[in-house]
Amino acid sequence: MRLVPAGDSVVIAEFEDRIDPAVNARAVAVAARMRQAAVHGVRDVVPTFRSVAVYFDPLRTDYDALCLRLQQAAERSAAGEDSGVETRELTRRTSPIRVPVCYGGTFGPDLADVAAFAGTSEGEAAELHTRRIYRVFMLGFIPGFAYMGSVDARIAAPRRAAPRSRVPAGSVGIAGEQTGIYPSESPGGWQLIGRTPLRPFDPERAQPALFAAGDSVQFYPIDAADGQW
Amino acid sequence: MVSALHIIRPGLLTTVQDLGRWGSQAVGVPVAGPMDPFSHRLANALVGNDSWSATLEVTLTGPEIAFEDERLVAVTGAEFDLLLGGQSVPSSVAFVVRAGSRLIFGRRLRGTRAYLAVAGGVAVPQVLGSRATHMLSRMGGFRGRALASGDQVPLGQTIPATWRSSDPARGEGGASVRLLADRHARVRVLPGPHRDRFDDEVFDRLQSAPYTIGTDSDRMGFRLSGPTLRSERDTSMISDATPLGVLQVPASGQPVLLMADRQTTGGYPAIATLVSADIGLVGQLGPGDTISFVACSRREALAALIAQERALMGVGGASRL
Repeated sequence: MRLVPAGDSVVIAEFEDRIDPAVNARAVAVAARMRQAAVHGVRDVVPTFRSVAVYFDPLRTDYDALCLRLQQAAERSAAGEDSGVETRELTRRTSPIRVPVCYGGTFGPDLADVAAFAGTSEGEAAELHTRRIYRVFMLGFIPGFAYMGSVDARIAAPRRAAPRSRVPAGSVGIAGEQTGIYPSESPGGWQLIGRTPLRPFDPERAQPALFAAGDSVQFYPIDAADGQW
Repeated sequence: MVSALHIIRPGLLTTVQDLGRWGSQAVGVPVAGPMDPFSHRLANALVGNDSWSATLEVTLTGPEIAFEDERLVAVTGAEFDLLLGGQSVPSSVAFVVRAGSRLIFGRRLRGTRAYLAVAGGVAVPQVLGSRATHMLSRMGGFRGRALASGDQVPLGQTIPATWRSSDPARGEGGASVRLLADRHARVRVLPGPHRDRFDDEVFDRLQSAPYTIGTDSDRMGFRLSGPTLRSERDTSMISDATPLGVLQVPASGQPVLLMADRQTTGGYPAIATLVSADIGLVGQLGPGDTISFVACSRREALAALIAQERALMGVGGASRL
């Protein structure tokens, strides 16, 4: 772990430079600890794939004390103190969030391409997508968008050459080994394999985002008639 | 009492902004907030609001607004010819607007973004703890969008007695607190989070000549053209957090300066970060304007911020008399 200042009001704790559940778990645990610590002047704590960015008010925060806190949180995560019981206190959930998806058809216009990439049928490609439990590595891009992984290498089709200007809300996509759900209509280049009736983000809900970094997620198939669209 | 601003003409791009939607970046919610936070805070201080009150951010072409009730008002940032009931009113000084009066933003003289603060603040509903408008995600502000003709923008309560007895034109010196960038800004930078991916020579090149702001620039960020900043090392990067004011360097080597409406994460290395005190200077620039970057120390960055804070505290103190 190393601490990297990003200007006068952000410091980033960086872990190993790779996308890896163990590395990400450290970032998530350190972020949770920093939120608990509620250091004076801290505005935001943002875990990413392999780092934690702490945003603070430089006129109200003791920078050296903040860095020390980050060091201590990182040491505890390295020592494995965040495993087991403690992890459950630091993260929101222990069982996978189950996400219904209507695969293929108009909801998943790229399922055929993903199946062709895998050299298999659309049904088998969808089945491969549901078989794994994914980790939410981080959220970003648009509110509530969770970067999940890693999908089976057979269906890890690259992004589309030409992004769509409008991807409908609820669309489930694949981009290489990543999978995710578009929480709201937006432009996007991921391969669209289906759609979920769930709303991953709603600012009016008590818990606006369905997913948080560190969550686990499993998709399951439904028929179009089973969802409220 | 509670009342509304009636938007007769909205101007090019007028949005409700406060100091931003903090605390939800972990779930991908952008911060938004004013492009020139200093001017936003100055406007609030001049009318006796706290700095978290929401103002209207006016861009390039200003609005025409009718007031329902009597309010203390201040306009800061970009300088416009301001007309109140046909009479000229000054920028960066608080003035009283009578019930039924119209405030018209006329010709723009200098700067890009003005901030209109009204005593009591703009009282649109808070979304995730903030009134700031983020247009791309249609969140916050007035129905998640820029203001349009016919909108009635709610105002917060005021206690008129607190200012009625005092001199209507107050906050002398508000304009002199900081010079307004006029089509060019020289701003200070600290190393960015990915500074070590660039050779020293590239960091020097960033400071060697001005960059021009491209036409495809907006509240999310400014696309800059100038000396090319190629990273000599591995250019692929795992997505990381994207603080306000970082200079991202995509493969083209032409940097992008991330501003208020930026996404929460991004996959390009950031060579430098603007100091907080200078964010507002670039917030006063627009397409075709130029920026020079000069490296400074953390100590200088904080000293500049403290100087601004002192100036604002002076104005706030005066307006509470």
